[in-house]
Amino acid sequence: MTNSPFRFRDRIVPQIIPVVVGGALLFGLPQLLDLFTLLQVTLYAIMAILALSLGFIWGYGGILCLGQSAFFGLGAYAYAIAAINIGESTIPFALALLLPAALAAAFGYFMFYGRISGVYVGVMTLTLALILFNVVNSTAGPEYHIGKAPIGGYNGLPNVPGLNLPFDPQAQLDPVATYYLSGGLLLAVFFGLKWLLSTRFGRVVVAIRENERRVEFIGFDARLHKLAAFTIGGALAGLAGCLFCVWGNYTSPVIFSMIQSAQVIIWVMVGGVGTLLGPVLGAVALSWLTAEVGMQQLFDANLLFGAVLVVFVLFVPRGLLPMLTERVWIRLARSPPRAPLSHSVTASGGSA
Amino acid sequence: MSVLLSAHGLSMHFGGVRAMNNVDFAVSEGELRCLIGPNGAGKSTFFKCLTGELKPTAGAVRFRGQKIDGMLPHEIARLGIGIKTQVPSVFDGLTVRENLWIAASRRHRGRAANRAADRELAHLDLEPIADRMVGILSHGQRQWVELALVLLAEPLLILLDEPTAGMTEDETQRTAALIAEINKTVALIVVEHDMPFIRRIAGNITVFNRGEILVEGHAEDVLKDQRVRDVYLGKRAA
Repeated sequence: MTNSPFRFRDRIVPQIIPVVVGGALLFGLPQLLDLFTLLQVTLYAIMAILALSLGFIWGYGGILCLGQSAFFGLGAYAYAIAAINIGESTIPFALALLLPAALAAAFGYFMFYGRISGVYVGVMTLTLALILFNVVNSTAGPEYHIGKAPIGGYNGLPNVPGLNLPFDPQAQLDPVATYYLSGGLLLAVFFGLKWLLSTRFGRVVVAIRENERRVEFIGFDARLHKLAAFTIGGALAGLAGCLFCVWGNYTSPVIFSMIQSAQVIIWVMVGGVGTLLGPVLGAVALSWLTAEVGMQQLFDANLLFGAVLVVFVLFVPRGLLPMLTERVWIRLARSPPRAPLSHSVTASGGSA
Repeated sequence: MSVLLSAHGLSMHFGGVRAMNNVDFAVSEGELRCLIGPNGAGKSTFFKCLTGELKPTAGAVRFRGQKIDGMLPHEIARLGIGIKTQVPSVFDGLTVRENLWIAASRRHRGRAANRAADRELAHLDLEPIADRMVGILSHGQRQWVELALVLLAEPLLILLDEPTAGMTEDETQRTAALIAEINKTVALIVVEHDMPFIRRIAGNITVFNRGEILVEGHAEDVLKDQRVRDVYLGKRAA
């Protein structure tokens, strides 16, 4: 039932709980954590936005995008190149959403209006990310530049200016402010998607995942709905890319890589496809694990990722969150009828 | 009665295979028409040309005077043609109520969509299973859910592809009654193989054979026709 957005409107209390928890975390963590840990949490929040972007289009739209890093990377590069040129972050921030959205819209147009679906969408999006990776990776020379900004090739782009208050280059955001921004945007994206999925648009997108043909027989344009969902996913991945670039003041072609795309898929899968909280939990838990594993030299972090993926595909194919909620629901729903049954068993046992 | 839907010289060729050849066909408003014919006679191909899933190789389809061949399925659906496919085409991962809400929301917004879905739940006796996942329902129940989806679009013409397939005798009788009720306001084209069922709903019959129309007329006349018996039961080689 977790993959159904329809219940959202009916229950008030479950709506308030995540708002309270999210708000408490957002404002509570800076009081509890030191600056280094807060920087890590900022990164987790950014990765959670990226995971949500895929969790939305894959889990709800049924569009398996194997190259979500294309939009993530484009967001980072759009921000970096524009910020170096402009020296101010308002317009670069907007571009980091608009350019990936435009790429997703253009690419999605040819896919969905060309009636390409399923695994072919996966292959095409993967190819898109690989092409961007190779193009950006091979532009190291000084002749490759956009305005004042060198593209940097495999060296990446260092010294990217951070965010400032809108149209005020002097008012730079410090790490704590960047934390609040990233965390706040994560909450906004989470509840924004939750709201979107409760609208007719969101429900039709879910219906397309279930049966595209029937959606068209009902009279909805499935292509347009898929394109819109895919574009929203692209914009959100771009937002995450922009924040990621701001977080490290740096971006490199690795951001477009297959490893990056694969990571997002694993986050969503581990957390739970078809949920919103699942991708967030998956991104946070596995990013944390990556950071922890990165501190030792015994084995490679990717090895661990592979193991996690295998374990989940085999034993928890629907992901962590659906499994946990299902357990809780079963316990809540079945315990009352079970009680009289066990009574009768003990009663008959006693009489025997 | 004015003509609701008409096809002229409709042909559909897949490479060298002539699935449908030069079919002329017309249905009046409020009519009940049965399509029969052996497997591979072109009935499903004909339906797909009407719903926009296939673009006919030649010929034209008009719905209330408007040319609809070449239009997209969702555009044709919006004009008022609904289809119930042979294998129930429903949203398996959603509950019955959610399925109906999706269909209702095309014409009604917000609470009105909830009310329309609730009305249809009551109309087709789906209330007891309203919160069940459609994927776990029986074949017959899924047929009814799909019928509800079709009715919620409030079409002028409904295409039913083997509506009683996989139904129990009891369900078949209910379906026959429902078809009669729907037919009071909506024209229907029904593909069926179940002869007693066709006799029960008794309307006009069009017989397809080898992609062409063999014979057309009233139910009793057509079912008595020797040529119809030949194509159904097989003709002894002369």
